[in-house]
Amino acid sequence: MNRLVGAISAFCSVCFVLAGLWLGSANSPAFAASEAPHTGMQSWTFSGVFGHFDRAQLQRGYKVYQEVCSNCHGMRLLSFRNLGEAGGPEFSEAEVKAIAAGFQVVDGPNRDGEMFERDGKPSDRFVSPFKNDNEARSANNSALPPDLSVIGKARGLHREVPWYLAPFNWLQEIAAGYQEGGADYMFALLTGYAEAPSDFKLAEGMEYNKVFPGHQIAMPPPLSDEAVEYTDGTPQTVTQYARDLSAFFMWAADTKLEQRKQLGFRVMIYLLILTVLLYLAKRKLWSRVKH
Amino acid sequence: MSHESTYKPNSNFEKWMDERLPIIRMSAEISSFPTPRNLNYLWTFGGILTFCLVVQIVTGIILAMHYTPHVDYAFDSVQHIKRNVNFGWLLQGIHMVGGSMFFLAVFVHMFRGLYYGSYKAPREILWILGVVLLLLMMATAFMGYVLPWGQMSFWAATVITNLFSAIPLIGESIVQWLWGGFSVDNPTLNRFYALHFLLPFMIFGVVVLHIWALHVTGNNNPIGIDVKGKQDTLAFHPLYTLKDGFALAVFAILFAWFVFYAPDYLGHPDNYIQANPLQTPPHIVPEWYFLPFYAILRAIPSKLLGVIAMVSSILVLFILPWLDTSRVRSAKFRPLYRIFFWIFVVTCLGLGYLGAKPPEGNYLIFARLFTAYYFIHFLIVIPMLGLIERPKPTPNSISESVLGKSKGGGGQPDAVPAAPENR
Repeated sequence: MNRLVGAISAFCSVCFVLAGLWLGSANSPAFAASEAPHTGMQSWTFSGVFGHFDRAQLQRGYKVYQEVCSNCHGMRLLSFRNLGEAGGPEFSEAEVKAIAAGFQVVDGPNRDGEMFERDGKPSDRFVSPFKNDNEARSANNSALPPDLSVIGKARGLHREVPWYLAPFNWLQEIAAGYQEGGADYMFALLTGYAEAPSDFKLAEGMEYNKVFPGHQIAMPPPLSDEAVEYTDGTPQTVTQYARDLSAFFMWAADTKLEQRKQLGFRVMIYLLILTVLLYLAKRKLWSRVKH
Repeated sequence: MSHESTYKPNSNFEKWMDERLPIIRMSAEISSFPTPRNLNYLWTFGGILTFCLVVQIVTGIILAMHYTPHVDYAFDSVQHIKRNVNFGWLLQGIHMVGGSMFFLAVFVHMFRGLYYGSYKAPREILWILGVVLLLLMMATAFMGYVLPWGQMSFWAATVITNLFSAIPLIGESIVQWLWGGFSVDNPTLNRFYALHFLLPFMIFGVVVLHIWALHVTGNNNPIGIDVKGKQDTLAFHPLYTLKDGFALAVFAILFAWFVFYAPDYLGHPDNYIQANPLQTPPHIVPEWYFLPFYAILRAIPSKLLGVIAMVSSILVLFILPWLDTSRVRSAKFRPLYRIFFWIFVVTCLGLGYLGAKPPEGNYLIFARLFTAYYFIHFLIVIPMLGLIERPKPTPNSISESVLGKSKGGGGQPDAVPAAPENR
C-alpha cells in the first residue's frame, strides 16, 4: 500500500512536470481556442516554461511607450540601464547611452546649493512626465495617469467559470504557469475602445472601453494606426502597437522573467532526478522491513 | 512511549560531553526514536512543515536586510529587491510562495490529525500546541502580507484590524492602539514588521514543544492502535528520514513550480498597486488560506457575531479532544465518522471557494449552510457519533495488522479480536 502511494506520487510528480512542460510550451491549443476578438488569453512568446521575450518586440514596445504613453505615464522603477540588460530589449550599450542622454535629469544640489539639470546617464531612472500627482491630475482633467512600472502585474484577466469547473481551471492555469493576465488585460484594454452603446450614459470627458471596469475610462484612445513609425517592416496598426506595448509592460514588471524560467528549468530537472533517486533508495531500504 | 536510552558513548570525548551536556545522546535518541512501522505518506508533513519554517526564516532574514518598513518606501523597496538585489527575485519569490506552501502543508497535516484521531488521549497537548502554531502562523502570514504595502496589503490590514472594533465599549480604543494612530499608517507598518520578524521565532519555540510532546507520546498511526512493543516500531533513522526525504522532494517540486513558473498565481494583482488610503479596491480578498475563515466572518449578518464565529472556528479545535466521545482513534474503523469527515472536508473547501465570492445571493446562502455545518460537525456530530457508532473490530496491534496474524508478535494470544464496540 505504502509502496503504491510512493510510486504513484513519484509518477504523478513526473507527469505534473511533463504536463506543465507541454502546456507551458507557448501556444497550447487549449489557449489558442479562447483567442477570440482581442479579449481572453493571447499567445505570448514569454508564456510557459520556455518563455522568453522577443527583443525586437520589446524594442518596438519601448518606442511606442516613449512616443505615446510617456507623455502622461511615468515608469519610475525602471532605469535606462535596464533597457540594455540581458533578458530585456537588449539595446546596445551605445543605444542605451543615447536614449538616456535624450533626457534632462534633475540632479544636485551642487556646491552652491542649487539643483541643476544635466543629460541623463544609463544609471538614471526613467523620467516621469509630471513633478507630482497633483500636477498630473491638473494636466489630465483631474484623472491620474498611473505609473506603469509594474502595470504588467497589477492587472489581470479574470476567467469566470462555473464552480464545478473552478478546480480544473486552477489546475490548468497552474500547470501552464499562467502569469500573463496583465499583458492579456493591457492588450484587451488598448484595443477595447469603441463607440458607447446608445443606452450607455457616458460621463463628460470619458471614453467608452469594452474591457475597463465600468466601461468608462478617462484615457482617450492612445493609439492610432501609423502613429508610431516602425523601421523593421512590422505592421503599423493599433493591434500591433498594443501587442508590442503589452509585451514591453510585462517585461518592465518582471525584468527577471527569462532568468527565472531558465533557472527554473534546471532546478526542475535537478529535483526530478533527486526525487527518483530518493524514491529508489527509499524502496530499497524499506523492502527489508514489513510495513 | 518514552523509550529506554540505547545510546552508549563511544569515545572519551563523548563520555565527557555526556556527563556535561548530553546533546549527542539526545540526537542519538531522536534518530533511533521508535516510530510505528505502518505510517503512511500523510505522516511526512511534519517534516515538510519544518522545512517550510526553515525556508521562511532563512529567506525572510535576507529579505529583511533589503526591505524598508516605511509607507513611502516599502512598495518600492520590494521592487528594489526583485530588480536589483542579486537573486532577490528568487528570495522574494520563495518567501511569497513559501507562505502558501506552508499553509497547504499545515492543512494536510491537520486533516490527517482529524482523520486518524491524532488529537485524542494521550496527545491532547500535542494537538493543542498544533492549534497554537496555526494561530501564530496566521498572525505571521497576515502581518507579512501587509509589508509589501500594496492595495491588498493596506486594505486587508484595515479590514482585519477593524474587526476588533466589534468588541463592545473598548473596541475603538483597541483598534487605535493596534494602529498606533487613527488609521493604518506608518506606525502600523513598523509594528507589523517588527512582529513579523519576531513571531517566526515564537513559532520555532512552539515547534520545539510540539516535537517534544510528540516524543513523549510517540506517533499516532493509521490504525490508531497504541504501540505495544518493539515489534511494532522501526528506528526513525534511516527508514523514516528517507521516506520523509522522498516526500519532501515531491513537495519541493510543487513548491519550485510555483516559484519559477507561477510566482504570482496565488496572489492578487491589486497588490502590485501601491497602497492608497483614499481608494478602496472593488473586492478586498485575503490570501487563499484565509478564505474559509473569511467566508465564515461574512456569512453572519452581525459584525460582532461574525468575528466571534470566525475566531470560534479555530478555538473549537482546542476543545476537540474532549468533544470526541469515541474511543477508537482511526477513521479506518469508524464507518460513520469516515463519511462525516469527508462532508467536513467538502465544507471547508466550499467555504474556501465562497470566501473569494461576493457575499450575496446563492453564495451567501451556501456560505451560511457551510458555516452552520462547520460548527455542527464539531459540536454535535463528533460528540454524538461516539455514542451511536458501532466501530469495526480493530486489530490487536500494529504488527498484527502489518505482518498478519499468523506470525503473531502482538505479545498476546491471537484469540479474540479487540472488543468490536469500544464505546
